[in-house]
Amino acid sequence: MLEIRWHSRAGQGAVTGAKGLADVISTTGKQVQAFAFYGSAKRGAAMTAYNRVDDKVIMNHEKYMEPDYVFVIDPALVFTSDVTVNHKENTKYIITTHMSTDELVKVQPKLVGKEIYTVDCITIANETIGRPIPNTPMLGAFMKISGMYDIEFFKESMKRVLGKLPQKIIDANMFAIQRAYDEVK
Amino acid sequence: MAFDKMELKDVEVWDGNYAAAQALRQAQVDVVAAYPITPSTPIVEGYAKFTADGYVEGEFVMVESEHAAMSACIGAAAAGGRVATATSSQGYALMVETLYQASGMRLPIVLNVVNRALAAPLNVNGDHSDMYLGRDSGWIQLDAFSPQEAYDLNLIAFKVCEDHEIRLPCMVHQDGFMTSHTAQGVNTLSDDAAYGFVGEYKPMNDMLDFEHPVTHGVQTEEDWHFEHKARQHNDLMTKVIPKIQAAFNDFEKLSGRKYNIVERYDMDDADVCVVCMGTSVETAREVALEMRAKGIKAGVVGLRVIRPFPFFEIAEALRGVKSIAVLDRSSPNGAAGMLFNEIAGALYNADTKALLSGYIYGLGGRDLTKKHLVDLFNELQANADAGKVTTKLQQFIGVRGPKLAYL
Repeated sequence: MLEIRWHSRAGQGAVTGAKGLADVISTTGKQVQAFAFYGSAKRGAAMTAYNRVDDKVIMNHEKYMEPDYVFVIDPALVFTSDVTVNHKENTKYIITTHMSTDELVKVQPKLVGKEIYTVDCITIANETIGRPIPNTPMLGAFMKISGMYDIEFFKESMKRVLGKLPQKIIDANMFAIQRAYDEVK
Repeated sequence: MAFDKMELKDVEVWDGNYAAAQALRQAQVDVVAAYPITPSTPIVEGYAKFTADGYVEGEFVMVESEHAAMSACIGAAAAGGRVATATSSQGYALMVETLYQASGMRLPIVLNVVNRALAAPLNVNGDHSDMYLGRDSGWIQLDAFSPQEAYDLNLIAFKVCEDHEIRLPCMVHQDGFMTSHTAQGVNTLSDDAAYGFVGEYKPMNDMLDFEHPVTHGVQTEEDWHFEHKARQHNDLMTKVIPKIQAAFNDFEKLSGRKYNIVERYDMDDADVCVVCMGTSVETAREVALEMRAKGIKAGVVGLRVIRPFPFFEIAEALRGVKSIAVLDRSSPNGAAGMLFNEIAGALYNADTKALLSGYIYGLGGRDLTKKHLVDLFNELQANADAGKVTTKLQQFIGVRGPKLAYL
């Protein structure tokens, strides 16, 4: 079982990202689950979304999770939420920030000793898609860190998932995924 | 036909709401009248979009309340159409008066109830308070534990409730957010296979059949009211469960997916078991398997059909078990839980004299964790070993503050 927790703000696309990832993984024959905690769901409110991946049908519906990966797609949430809650010894973090990994760990002591990767998904999204929607770049970074799928296969799959959007937006998302894949450290 | 078909992958990643909306599209529902409410909104939104995009030859009716939504559904069903809608929580509560109208007028409407807590305090998350509210309303109630089942049971619901021997409305329940907003793999049927299973709608006593004028919604007073109610109850008690079983059998032939009136998991040699509904059934199944690895013979019983209540099937499923926990996800507010009472009633005259204890859990979407269930199975084993219930009969799982226990 692979488990992922997303930290996001409502409106940044964590639910779409989690469902998109589940959709891609499902096409490879794995079982998937994607869900979120909405609360009162005000735009901008901190929220979390979740993925589970397994070889057999996923029957566990508890919301409690000790994640293998934590995705943080808004830079401020590292400071305003506890992104390390319920962590395991080997939990990996991919965090959106303009800082380097060393700089980030210095200003957030909770991250000391953890396996941290950083990538500026907000800037990437702004410069490619034209809006600060950091969900698809985060998935590009995840492909690099996890080695789950070949990046070309992943991009082709995401083209289908994003299928109903205008071609220009789909192309921009592909650039964003590739840039985050190349830039995550 | 004047609508487009949709190409679906064999496995689609859908949440429970979208799965239900796709089933309404494949059943080619004629009329959906709805007033949206969280967390059921995407079901009727989905139908509205499919209709606007030319995938359904039907009509979406916007109304000003859930009372009006069900009223419009009743009108459309009496006119002779295939009808469905969806609601949750406060909307369901507002619908209650018209729920009794729909069943008393013997109108086969399918209502998706995406289970959510009832205010106050206001809460949009999933529990079974609304589901319990409708249990005497004369509807058939089916319960889905996952998005796959929300899809399948919608198709099955039309087939059962529209049968001319039944003609009773049917609710399909799913857990708010835990099923409705959780995306999982759903095995699909093609549009032709799904519609072929549900079948073309054949109205009966429809008001638009001008050759055979009928009256709906009459007043009867003491001369006939009792006979009408008794006949409705008789049909629920004697005709519905065999018809659901027949539909389950047909559905298994079509899809390979097998449903049962009462679902039993690892029950053949179980010493201890949990009886529950909704997503909790699946989480409990996983924990039961883990308990077996630790030497506790654990099993799970899930209610697929809530009304008519499967009295004998429950007694059969629980035969030989030593210690049973019944889980109610609704505050009984001054009584034992509804499911606890129903199970106690089903077992009272049965051979099984199991130790029975009740638990209230998960109100307002409070998480039921695997850890909770491990503790629960251990407590049941302690009861079985002691030969008596070692706790109070009613306890709470997952509530903060001092431990609560009653009875």
